[in-house]
Amino acid sequence: MDLSQSLEIATCTDPGMVRSHNEDSIAADHANGLVVLADGMGGYNAGEVASGMATTVIVTEMRQILQNAKPYDVDTRTSEEIAARLVREQVLKANSSIYQAAQSQPQYAGMGTTLVVCLYYDNRMLVAHLGDSRLYLLRDGKFTQVTRDHSLLQEQIDSGIITPEQAKRAQHKNLVTKALGIDPTVEPEIHEYSTRSGDVYLLCSDGLCDMVEDEDIGMTLQTLGGNLKLAAQQLVQMANDNGGRDNVSVILVRVLREYPGPRGVMAKVFGWLK
Amino acid sequence: MAKLILSMDGLVLKEIPLTKERTTIGRKPHNDIQIDNLAVSGEHAVIVTILNDSFLEDLGSTNGTVVNGNPVKKHFLQNNDVVELGKYKLKFIGDAAPAAGEKADFEKTMVLRPAQMKAAADHAKAAGGGAAAAVAQRAAAVQQAAATATAAGIADKEAIKPSAPAPAPASAAPAAAPAKSPSIPPAAPARPGGQPLGAIQLLSGANAGKELELTKPLTTLGKPGVQVAVLTRRPQGYFITHVEGQSRPTVNGQAIGAAPHSLKDHDVIELAGVKMEFFLKA
Repeated sequence: MDLSQSLEIATCTDPGMVRSHNEDSIAADHANGLVVLADGMGGYNAGEVASGMATTVIVTEMRQILQNAKPYDVDTRTSEEIAARLVREQVLKANSSIYQAAQSQPQYAGMGTTLVVCLYYDNRMLVAHLGDSRLYLLRDGKFTQVTRDHSLLQEQIDSGIITPEQAKRAQHKNLVTKALGIDPTVEPEIHEYSTRSGDVYLLCSDGLCDMVEDEDIGMTLQTLGGNLKLAAQQLVQMANDNGGRDNVSVILVRVLREYPGPRGVMAKVFGWLK
Repeated sequence: MAKLILSMDGLVLKEIPLTKERTTIGRKPHNDIQIDNLAVSGEHAVIVTILNDSFLEDLGSTNGTVVNGNPVKKHFLQNNDVVELGKYKLKFIGDAAPAAGEKADFEKTMVLRPAQMKAAADHAKAAGGGAAAAVAQRAAAVQQAAATATAAGIADKEAIKPSAPAPAPASAAPAAAPAKSPSIPPAAPARPGGQPLGAIQLLSGANAGKELELTKPLTTLGKPGVQVAVLTRRPQGYFITHVEGQSRPTVNGQAIGAAPHSLKDHDVIELAGVKMEFFLKA
C-alpha cells in the first residue's frame, strides 16, 4: 500500500553553528511510511559513517522486505503481526554492520549511533529507538514526548537523584546508555501507537531538543503546521539561533488521512492471487 | 570554526574555513589560498591556527600585508579583522562561540555500557538485598557513573546530591566509548533580549490603526486557507516568511520569495488584502 497520499513528510538537517560536519543522518521512504533518523558518534568521520550506515541499511532492507510482505501480515507460527519483528531485525542488521565495520577497520573503532525509526501502517505507527534521539507528537494542540531517552540523565531522573528541572541544567547530557553499533547485539525499545489524521510527528536529534525548549518546538509546529517544510526549517533555524552547538536534524510526518490496511476475505483472496 | 571570506571590490569570491594548522596565502598554485594577482607575492603570508586562535604572519612579501589599514608582520587575528592583499580582501570570522569551543571536547556524547550497571544491580540482588536494594544499587551505579564522568573532565556545577546511601563499587564505572558531537550545556540561549522590540500597525481593513507587538518568537498573520505569513523574531532581527496561500505577501510592493525576508523599520507589508507597517519600538 502506497502511503504517499496519506502521509506528508518534511526533513531538514544542518551541521549547526559550531561543528564543521554533520554526523546526523536522516532517511525517509515515503511510499512505505518509513522514516529513520540517526545521530552518529565516534572520532573523525566515523560518526557520520555509523549514522549513514544505520539509515541506509534500515531503509534499503525494509524496502526490499515490504515489496513482498506487509507490516500487518500475521506470522503463521506466532500468530502475531510481523511489524515489530521486521523492524527489530533490520535494527539488529544495522547494528551488526556497524559493529563489524568498527571492529575490522581501525579508523572506525568505537563508532556508534543513536536511532529513531518510525514505520506507519494500518492507522498505526511503530517506533523503535536507541539513545537520545527523540520522537514527539503534536495531537489536538498538545505536544508530548513519545520516546524516553536511553541516557544517564533519564536514569538519574527515573531513580529520583535529580529532578527534571535540574536535568535541564545538568552537565552530562551527553552520556547515552544504549546505542547502535557499540555491542555485538542490542535490544531496541519498540512501541506501537495508533495514529489519527491530523497528527504531526517530530523525530529529532538532541541538537534540537537541547537547544530549543519543548514549549517553543510545540508552538512552532502549531503555528507553522500548515507548511511542514517551513516548520522543519524553522526548527533548525531556532536551534541555530540559540547557539547551534550540535548537528540539528528534524523529520516531520503529518497524517493527512487514515490509511487502514486491507482487511477481510477479499483482501486475503487478493493476497493469495498475488 | 574560524573562517576567511575572500572578496574583491566588495564581491564575495570564496569562503575558506581554517581547518589546517597552517593555511598559506600567495600567488603560486601550491598555496592553500591562491590569489592570482601580481600584487601578491608567491608565498605571501600564512595563518597559523592553534585551537581557537589564529595568527597571521607575513612571509616577507614584496608589498606587505595590511590588517585593518595597518601594515603588520605578525598579527593575532580578531573577529572581523580585514586582511588586505593588493585589491583582495580577506575578512576573518572568528569562532562563533569561543566559550563553547573551549568546552566542546568535554561534551562529546559517550555510551555507558549498561551491562556493567546491570551487573552491579544483579550483584546487589544476589547479595540478598531484594528488589529495593537492587534499585538503590542501580541508582548508586548511575551516580557513580556520573561521578566518573565528572572526574573524566566534565565540569559539573550542579554536582549530584548523594541521595543514595553508598557509592557503588568501582565496577560500575562506565566503559566510556565513542564521542558524538557535543551535547549542549545549559548555556543561556541567545534570546533576543537586547534587540529592539518590533511591532506592526494595521494600515487598512476593519482593524486599521490597531497595533500588535511582536513579543513571541513566531507570530502568524493572515487568513488560514487564503494567505498566511509568519513573522519570526531572531537575534538578527525580524523576518517574514510565506507559509501558505497562492500568492505571497508583499513588502514595500515587492512579493517576497520562498526564503525568509528581513524586515526593516517602517517596511509596509501587504497580506491577504490588508496593509500593515512594521516598525521597531525604541
